[in-house]
Amino acid sequence: MITIHDALILTPDGPVPGDLTVEGDRIAALATGNADTHIDARGGWVGPGLVDLHTHLREPGFEWKEDIRSGSRAGSVGGYTALVAMPNTSPAIDAGHLARFVTDRGREAGLLEVMPAGAITMGRENQALAHLDELFAAGVRVFTDDGDGVADAGLLRHAMEYLAERGGVVAQHAEDPGLGRGGHMHEGLVSSRLGIRGLPSLAEETMIARDLALVRLTGVRYHAQHVSSAGSVELIDEAKRAGLPVTAEVTPHHLNFDHSRVESMEPCFKMYPPLRTAEDVAAVGGALAAGIIDVVATDHAPHAEHECEVPFEEAPRGVIGLETAAAAVLTAIELSAIGFFQKMSVIPASIAGLASQGQWIEEGAPANLMVFDPEAVWVPERFASKSQNSPFRGIKLKGKVMATIFAGRITHQVSS
Amino acid sequence: MKHLLSMSDLDRAAIEELLDLADHFAEVLDRDIPKVPAMRGATVATLFFETSTRTRLSFEKAAKALSADLLNFTPSTSSLSKGESLKDTVLTVQAMGVDLMVVRHGAVGAPARVASWVDCSVVNAGDGAHQHPTQALLDALTIRRRFGKLDGLRIAIVGDIRNSRVARSNIDAFTTLGASVTLVAPPTLLPFHVDSYPVATTADLDSILGDLDVVYMLRVQLERGSGPVLPSLPEYVSRFGLDRRRFLQLGKEAVVMHPGPMNRGIEIAPDVADDPRSLITDQVSNGVATRMAVLFRLLKGKGQL
Repeated sequence: MITIHDALILTPDGPVPGDLTVEGDRIAALATGNADTHIDARGGWVGPGLVDLHTHLREPGFEWKEDIRSGSRAGSVGGYTALVAMPNTSPAIDAGHLARFVTDRGREAGLLEVMPAGAITMGRENQALAHLDELFAAGVRVFTDDGDGVADAGLLRHAMEYLAERGGVVAQHAEDPGLGRGGHMHEGLVSSRLGIRGLPSLAEETMIARDLALVRLTGVRYHAQHVSSAGSVELIDEAKRAGLPVTAEVTPHHLNFDHSRVESMEPCFKMYPPLRTAEDVAAVGGALAAGIIDVVATDHAPHAEHECEVPFEEAPRGVIGLETAAAAVLTAIELSAIGFFQKMSVIPASIAGLASQGQWIEEGAPANLMVFDPEAVWVPERFASKSQNSPFRGIKLKGKVMATIFAGRITHQVSS
Repeated sequence: MKHLLSMSDLDRAAIEELLDLADHFAEVLDRDIPKVPAMRGATVATLFFETSTRTRLSFEKAAKALSADLLNFTPSTSSLSKGESLKDTVLTVQAMGVDLMVVRHGAVGAPARVASWVDCSVVNAGDGAHQHPTQALLDALTIRRRFGKLDGLRIAIVGDIRNSRVARSNIDAFTTLGASVTLVAPPTLLPFHVDSYPVATTADLDSILGDLDVVYMLRVQLERGSGPVLPSLPEYVSRFGLDRRRFLQLGKEAVVMHPGPMNRGIEIAPDVADDPRSLITDQVSNGVATRMAVLFRLLKGKGQL
């Protein structure tokens, strides 16, 4: 039995100060119990454990970067109790047995719930549909070729028609391969001066615009991954106003950094979509606060240290984010406790259909929760992830995860 | 100054100091014994991860003329072909005892990255489409030796600006030294956001020929992706090639430059390249003096000659 003392508890009726007791894998009472373990929240927030719609756990195939156990560990340090694992592994998660492998490995690690996302096309090769029914039967609800956009509009249309009937979500990494070809950073003033080939905002926006037309046709639930540009925000806003079943995510790094960071040519500022202009950073932050962008997702993308000891153009794409996300979001924009947990837990859980995640705290609810000090200031240096490629290393952040509880067990706790 | 990585590291005074030093070394190179003991005991390593003949030879000649010892690294015969990383390669070379590395690499920022790993000085001998500072210095020297100064000169840079490290470095150098620069290219070969550059632009070469002091022709770099953004090479040549007809429209004092290697018959007609008002071979010989100045300046600081 665990009692959390002196917490601001995020209940279905809003934040309530008090104590909370966990027994077994459930919340037993919003009161002090006869506990053997005590956590002092010191007035910090206690809400549902965070849910990441966009994590690269790298297993199977790239275990030197991360594996399901180490990624789960990083997630629990970051306050997460559920991760949606991206399918761009080797092999890609395009069939039922592969999805079950990911789920099983997540259970073995036991630190949080790992839900596999499935590929839309076989091998993520943009040629033929993946085994969508098998994946669905294995518990997959989010489908994506993340890492690449599905470029073939005809193929994507079939996937959408099929998944609309099954109730799956099509999550798109929007990047037109023609407009984005050879690009390593945002196409703009900085890329022009550096002589680095750019990836224009239009590579993202044209694909989202095309996809939204297909959503109108098929009625499928569509989720725009890692939205990075002001133009994309406008398209999504318009689609939502038109009543289309569309959601969107933004990453902590796109909320915090613009393309001027690339002047350092540090590979930990290389990601797709790239860091864009200050205007874009303001637009995605405003859209998150306003609910046009629904959720924060990390796009946690581990790469080993030696893989990053190369020139910028040769560096791998992506940065880690699980352990800094909660703080990085609050460092970038102001959110209430309710807004924070909505965007980091409640809405992502509902998009992915994770039934025992993202529930406001009340008696009988699953004991998946996290304790967060929104005022703590800290500087990340080393990470529990196997990889250390974080753009937030050495940067002062506001807000710290004090403890994480998954299925009634403490999976992370800051020693005081 | 420990490294020379980009022309943007140099202000006008620093450029002029290097050009004065280069003038001095040009005089050394004219002597019966074109060699000084200025860098005896120092070791210079040339690491060219991207192929080059003239730039590597030019640095090696410069190092030898300063009596430095030379180590030469070429990837085709090296452990790079066995999969060794850039970092391991440069740390290995450094461990042999090196005072200065000259680095060329196909990726932007590679020399700066190398500079962050090693203790010795690093000279950027060309990184991707980013910078080639010693080229800009030798070009500025060549123009200064011809016209006395760059202030007020009208210089056109013609061709694939977007993918050219020579153009990026030369825009910095020429404008810092007071010249007015016009970029001449089709829209697909101009840099993005070119309106933020301190230059004029045009796609009409013929309209400005009569006003120029220097016409600087760039290589059509088919290997760097000039290809797919042009309708065809003949169309490019007809609009942007410096042929005899265009050459005759230049003023009597105007000169022609090219960083080499040339595509004769494409961006420059053979007889124009060989005309007495072509400074292309001057650029090559000034290159050695310029690189002597850079090596000397980085290793000896402001010490006596």
